[in-house]
Amino acid sequence: MSHASPPVIPHFGTASDCVLANRPFCSDWVRAHWQDTLGPALVQHVELTAIAVAIGFILAGGLALFAHRIRRAEQPIGVVATLVYTIPSLALFQILVPFTGITTTTVEIALVGYSLVVLYPNMAAGLNHAPADVVEAARGMGLTERQILLRIELPLAVPAVLSGLRLAVVSTISIATIAAFLMPRGLGYPIFVALRDPAPFKTEIYAAGGLAVALALVCDTALVVASRALVPWTRKGLAA
Amino acid sequence: MTGTAAEIVFDNVSKRYPGRSSPALDGLSLTIPAGTFCVLVGPSGGGKTTALKLINRLISLDEGDIRIDGTSILDLSPVALRRGIGYVIQQIGLFPHHTVGENIGTVPKLLGWPAARIRERTEELLTIVGLDRADATRYPQELSGGQRQRVGLARALAADPPLLLMDEPFGALDPITRARQQDEIRRLHREVGKTIVFVTHDIDEAIQLGDRIAILGEGGRLAQYDTPDAILADPADPFVAAFIGEDRALRRLALRRLGDVPLLPFAGGGPSVGSALTVRNAVSLLLEGGFDRLTVTGDAGTPIGTITLAHATSLLQS
Amino acid sequence: MIAVLFDQFQPGTFIDALRFIGDNPGFLGQKALEQIELAGAALLIALVVAGPLGVILGHFHRGAGLAIGTSIVGRALPSLVLIAVFLTVLGIGFVNNMVALAVLATGPVLTNAYSAVDGVDRGVVEAARGMGLSRWQIITRVELPLAAPLLFAGIRIAAVTVVATAPIAAVAGGGGLGDVIVNQASYRLSGVVGASLCVMALSAGVWIALSSLEKVSAPGGVGSVRVRRNHHKELK
Repeated sequence: MSHASPPVIPHFGTASDCVLANRPFCSDWVRAHWQDTLGPALVQHVELTAIAVAIGFILAGGLALFAHRIRRAEQPIGVVATLVYTIPSLALFQILVPFTGITTTTVEIALVGYSLVVLYPNMAAGLNHAPADVVEAARGMGLTERQILLRIELPLAVPAVLSGLRLAVVSTISIATIAAFLMPRGLGYPIFVALRDPAPFKTEIYAAGGLAVALALVCDTALVVASRALVPWTRKGLAA
Repeated sequence: MTGTAAEIVFDNVSKRYPGRSSPALDGLSLTIPAGTFCVLVGPSGGGKTTALKLINRLISLDEGDIRIDGTSILDLSPVALRRGIGYVIQQIGLFPHHTVGENIGTVPKLLGWPAARIRERTEELLTIVGLDRADATRYPQELSGGQRQRVGLARALAADPPLLLMDEPFGALDPITRARQQDEIRRLHREVGKTIVFVTHDIDEAIQLGDRIAILGEGGRLAQYDTPDAILADPADPFVAAFIGEDRALRRLALRRLGDVPLLPFAGGGPSVGSALTVRNAVSLLLEGGFDRLTVTGDAGTPIGTITLAHATSLLQS
Repeated sequence: MIAVLFDQFQPGTFIDALRFIGDNPGFLGQKALEQIELAGAALLIALVVAGPLGVILGHFHRGAGLAIGTSIVGRALPSLVLIAVFLTVLGIGFVNNMVALAVLATGPVLTNAYSAVDGVDRGVVEAARGMGLSRWQIITRVELPLAAPLLFAGIRIAAVTVVATAPIAAVAGGGGLGDVIVNQASYRLSGVVGASLCVMALSAGVWIALSSLEKVSAPGGVGSVRVRRNHHKELK
């Protein structure tokens, strides 16, 4: 994997004893390389994830609405989504290279694909989540099909959509680390660089890995908090 | 067509579902006068729910016509038709993401009422169905089954429709809550005077609630359509007789109160009972105590007449 | 825009990749076997550790927090991070990768085992207890058979996860088809893409094999779940 790899960064240059001894965690190295390594990698990682989840969300939403309307499409789309999800990320990145080269586009296409297939089943299930009696009552009161979708089915789908979003954000953050195999982007890259050394530099692995895990947990928690605010009716009693 | 009650006419209505050998409804003709509490009753498979859902076009009509106040339901769009009809189902179907107030205000909002009027109407309805005004801000999940059913009823009444369709609304309630709700829907019907079409499989409920009962038999055949008293007195065929039960004489006597029937002149003797007692319960007391007569007293406790077993028997002949 | 997107399109690469596969069946087969060995060992560890734990927690309806927490944290742990961290602890080779992949497989196995057994109809369990079945008999004769469909789904997800993740282990001496994918210098893009196609086929094969195994082995259980799902009929 020689493409796109910059010259090996001399991590051990004017290093402290801690770094030279490759002790488990050297906070001085983290401070020294926040600006040139960890910070940018974190920002890139957030960018990769945000773009992938945003596009995946729009596409999955469109597909779910389509499948909701044309029920026959629901199952085939679900099967394809499951199959895409079984594609190993490393393989998908590489297979896209002949199409779009070693570019951010390649990385995003793969990440959009994964977030799409995580979001779609949740959105589709969410739209079908409105109980039959609620829909019947709505229809009986004279709501049009459009009003039933907008006022009943979509709001009731929100909890399922949000749990899909949680899954998609967390798994995209995880898979985005694999982008490092293709190009120097994201929090996977410092780890990838460290692993290429015969004696991998532990601090770099722990710092970048810790940031990736922390990012996932922070996003997940934020979405949990947001979902409590968005679905007040599930707070007491019955879970939606 | 809001405010008043509506007359409903089923004109030779038939409905078949694909893949079923017998029709769900077979040439049903039925006139429900404005303001009537009409109960559709029968065993499952009798097409009673089908008949109900044909009215608001949740099920499409195969043959014949249904007219509300002379207007064919086919001349209105389903959506406009439904907004003018109250609809209550057994599962209630309250919108879980809307508060009680929002649920009740659904149809008025669709009809474009101003917010202040919706709020006013919501509070009025909460009182009518016996809920607290403060309940308006609660979510359905926070209510008991009986309370939810009341909200469902209030929601159906919100835009003051002339017609109320109720599909086994009390089927899922416990017996005590159910009895209370039955009393209240009767009271409500007296007060608001709407036409109500009510589906149940429970003949007791039908006798207790209906001004008129339509008994639907297998294959969607209308077996009998009359007042409860007339059906109990003279079942049209063996099917109806079996459906209403061997104790139909007693059921009939249960429909009348001592104050409402002609009594024998006061002759003294026997224990005293109030005029609010049903004739059936009076008969029960006579049998239980081995009395030959009971003295019926009016509101002030003054005797207004006498009842004997022979007289109760004669009441069945009228 | 599409044109810009595909301006680097090299269709010839796929032909070369297929040729690479055709030229090196033995080599790729051996690499695939390495990958299956690694994935299989990791899955076995996860099953032995997390399976019984999930079943026991589910039986006692305890530890929902642990089971759910494991699945959340498990998803938040990127495979690359796990592999790198275990490499720093256990050194390069087979063991570190096996342990990392086993940790990845633990999430789905534990969560599904827990929720499968926890979700068994309590009325059925109570009836079994009333008929005098011992705790062990309740677990083995009532709960496990009823939980089987969901349990197998967890195993299938775990299996595909480890098979799909195993190539990444190549950066930590894990061997397998990943060796080819991360070594473009030796195998060129055609080799990398060829190996990637093999990896895809492998994980899709595992998914399909396990799915069909589930259908054959538990038709009754799967069927009853389906009936319950369609319980509410839609009215149109």
